[in-house]
Amino acid sequence: MNDTSEPVLRARGLCKVYGRDESLVRAVDGIDLDVAAGETLAVMGRSGCGKSTLLHLLGGLDRPSAGEIWLAGERLDQMGERALARLRRSAVGFVFQAFHLMDELTAAENIELPMLLNGRSPRAARRRAEDLLTQVGLTDRAAFLPAALSGGQRQRAAVARALANEPLIVLADEPTGNLDSAATLEMLRLFESLHAAGQTLVIVTHDARIAATADRLISMRDGAFADETRLAGGNTGRLADLAGLDG
Amino acid sequence: MGQILLVGRLASRDLRRRPAQTLLLLLVITAAMATLTLGLVLHGVTSKPYQQTRKATAGPDVVASSVGFTRQSNQPSASAPARFAALADAPGVIAHSGPYPVAWPVLRANGITADVMAEGRDPATAPVDQPEVIQGTWVRGGGVVMERAFADALGVHVGDHVTLGGRRFPVIGIAVTAAIPVFSQVCFYGGCSGPPGKPLSFDTGLVWVTQATAHSLASPGNPLTYYLNLRLSDRAAAPAFAAEHQPPPGPGPSPLTAWQSLQDAAGTLVAQEQQVLMPASWLLALLALASVAVVAGGRMAEQEKRVGLLKAAGGTPPLAAAVLLAEHLVIAIVAAGAGLAGGWLAAPLLTSPGASLVGSPSVPPLSWPNILLVTAAAITVAGASTLVPALRAARISTVAALAGTARPPRRRQWLIKFSARLPVPLLLGLRLATRQPRRFLLSTASFTVTATTIVAVLIYHATINTDARLSGPFAGAPDPGNARVSEVLLVITIVMIILAAANAIFTTWATVLDARRFSAIVRAIGATPPQIFTGLVAAQLLPALIGAVLGIPAGEALYAAVQNGGRHGSPPAWWLLAMIAAILLTVTGLTAIPARLGGRVPVAEILQAEFA
Repeated sequence: MNDTSEPVLRARGLCKVYGRDESLVRAVDGIDLDVAAGETLAVMGRSGCGKSTLLHLLGGLDRPSAGEIWLAGERLDQMGERALARLRRSAVGFVFQAFHLMDELTAAENIELPMLLNGRSPRAARRRAEDLLTQVGLTDRAAFLPAALSGGQRQRAAVARALANEPLIVLADEPTGNLDSAATLEMLRLFESLHAAGQTLVIVTHDARIAATADRLISMRDGAFADETRLAGGNTGRLADLAGLDG
Repeated sequence: MGQILLVGRLASRDLRRRPAQTLLLLLVITAAMATLTLGLVLHGVTSKPYQQTRKATAGPDVVASSVGFTRQSNQPSASAPARFAALADAPGVIAHSGPYPVAWPVLRANGITADVMAEGRDPATAPVDQPEVIQGTWVRGGGVVMERAFADALGVHVGDHVTLGGRRFPVIGIAVTAAIPVFSQVCFYGGCSGPPGKPLSFDTGLVWVTQATAHSLASPGNPLTYYLNLRLSDRAAAPAFAAEHQPPPGPGPSPLTAWQSLQDAAGTLVAQEQQVLMPASWLLALLALASVAVVAGGRMAEQEKRVGLLKAAGGTPPLAAAVLLAEHLVIAIVAAGAGLAGGWLAAPLLTSPGASLVGSPSVPPLSWPNILLVTAAAITVAGASTLVPALRAARISTVAALAGTARPPRRRQWLIKFSARLPVPLLLGLRLATRQPRRFLLSTASFTVTATTIVAVLIYHATINTDARLSGPFAGAPDPGNARVSEVLLVITIVMIILAAANAIFTTWATVLDARRFSAIVRAIGATPPQIFTGLVAAQLLPALIGAVLGIPAGEALYAAVQNGGRHGSPPAWWLLAMIAAILLTVTGLTAIPARLGGRVPVAEILQAEFA
């Protein structure tokens, strides 16, 4: 990772408040953030500290109350819904704790969907989906519906979907929150390979083992950054070992 | 008892939580039941006005006419006077008037040309069939008295002038009679006459002139016929008397008509309305069935968690089903009551016997069979449409219900493959539309019913237009029956469109609600709001388009069934295309609001709510 490179993602004075007067809640409170290309950033904190809200703001899933967000040189917070959707489609990949796969689509069809939305031909989308399924180790589960997949397999399919349009950045919200240890290990290995391939990642997690694999770790409390730790250049290549999940 | 109270309490609380939805459902079922009530109470409503007219005009028990039924046999019979003399002296006859000469000239008034039956009468009062003068005076030299419904159809009043057989006559009076069927059924029993070769008119009117004038209006090519009015000692025996003295079939003296047949003819206007109202009420009931089914099914997603909670708290599966059923049964029973009251109160608006009779319309009191039938229909509508969701709610596992995973959307492999080749809005629309096939079918059925009704109405108007075109210069006076049926059809069409719109709102609401997660996920992975909006609209337009197209043959079949296969015109293609366009535009408009509102909710909020 190169510290001097232009950040892929930048936020300045980012705020998100809910309610008013006495019931006012500052979910995100004046955050400044830069994420460099190829960097893996982990955001940790207790439940309700604003990690997920921050991730939603960074990915344009929600609107900030104040502040600026820049992604690939474009200012997100001033974009209309349509432009925001186009940017999400091409530049951002989301991985959710609850997977959020389409129940009626197979793993392969779920991965194809963002590409179809992006105007890719069904044949090209199918080829890319097959590649991604191989990459996440789900080749033999391509035709399975989400209900027939294990939690770990679902999350790997979700990661493949997030990568479908070759995004600039992947935002993962508690990606191992619903997984057991074995599935967590699979995810760690997957993130490891993404990291090695130079994929920019922002991972919100409450799992210290996941956080330990990042280039940089930010702790959040009451909607603000409480602490920032730069890890030793990431742990590419031995993430699972270091996380104590050697399988 | 405790269980019943619990079901009642849970059902009433749930209904109160959704006042708008409850009210809409109530309106939908009420409208259907009111129409059914109207159709049922229209039986025999005109008996009172006919009887009043009969009393006021010393109406005959039997009328004898020298005109045959058919055009081939409608020339006067040489033996008519002798036969009429024998009839007047027949056993059981206690009084008679006539035989009166009847001429069959052409009348022109206010730019309308119509065939008329001009009966020659004496200025003196007749013992049998003395028409009741409503306005002006009875016949006297040089003047014409017009039958009221005919005068109304022509827009003629006392003091106006009409041309009869090419001669101008002042209109000196307006009257009604119980001896001749009401306009436009004048020829229905006694038959009509006229010059040979002239097309038979379906809407001949009735006027009275002096006997001298009647004779002067006849010609060798268009001779007089005769009418004789008889009073019997036993009025109830009139049909038997008519049958006994009826000549053998074929050319010859004309048939005899008993007063009971004339009374039936007097109910023609209402019978025509009933002929329209009965199928319409069943179509409305079908529409109500679809509405309740969509609402009950659409609420299943939110009901599941409630069912899960009920079961988790110790409620049995039958209790969960009973609550859902009870809610809709309560609405059905209230709607049945409101529909019965509404239909019965609205009946007098449709039961006016027409201007051919005197007296006010009478609506029979609601009979117990009718009350039971309407209530049973309402309960069937609510029960049939709620039963499946209720049973399903009871059957799903508590865990699945709490997790909201009990109703996975349906998957159609070929459809998913096919939709991948379509533009994004259509891809989304097709996948959304087919996720819930039952709702898709109900929605299609609802649009089919609406389009069927509209097409039947269009065919009716096309038929009237065709009749008018074919009649050419002999178009005659406007048929009051057509005007009445047109009014009824207009009301039914408006009710049907309102119900279909309510149905579309229910379906859209259910689809938008159901598509919340789908929309949020595709928004998260890059679908734009316009793409999702267009997808939602497309999902609604698909069943609307199928329904509108299916409605065309179904409407033709309905019209043919109601008319017992009678002749009918074909509406111009542009009428049908305009109907399809109107349905699609309405659906687009109705979908736009909830779809836009749904699009404003942040994706993160929806996804988090789904996960919560």
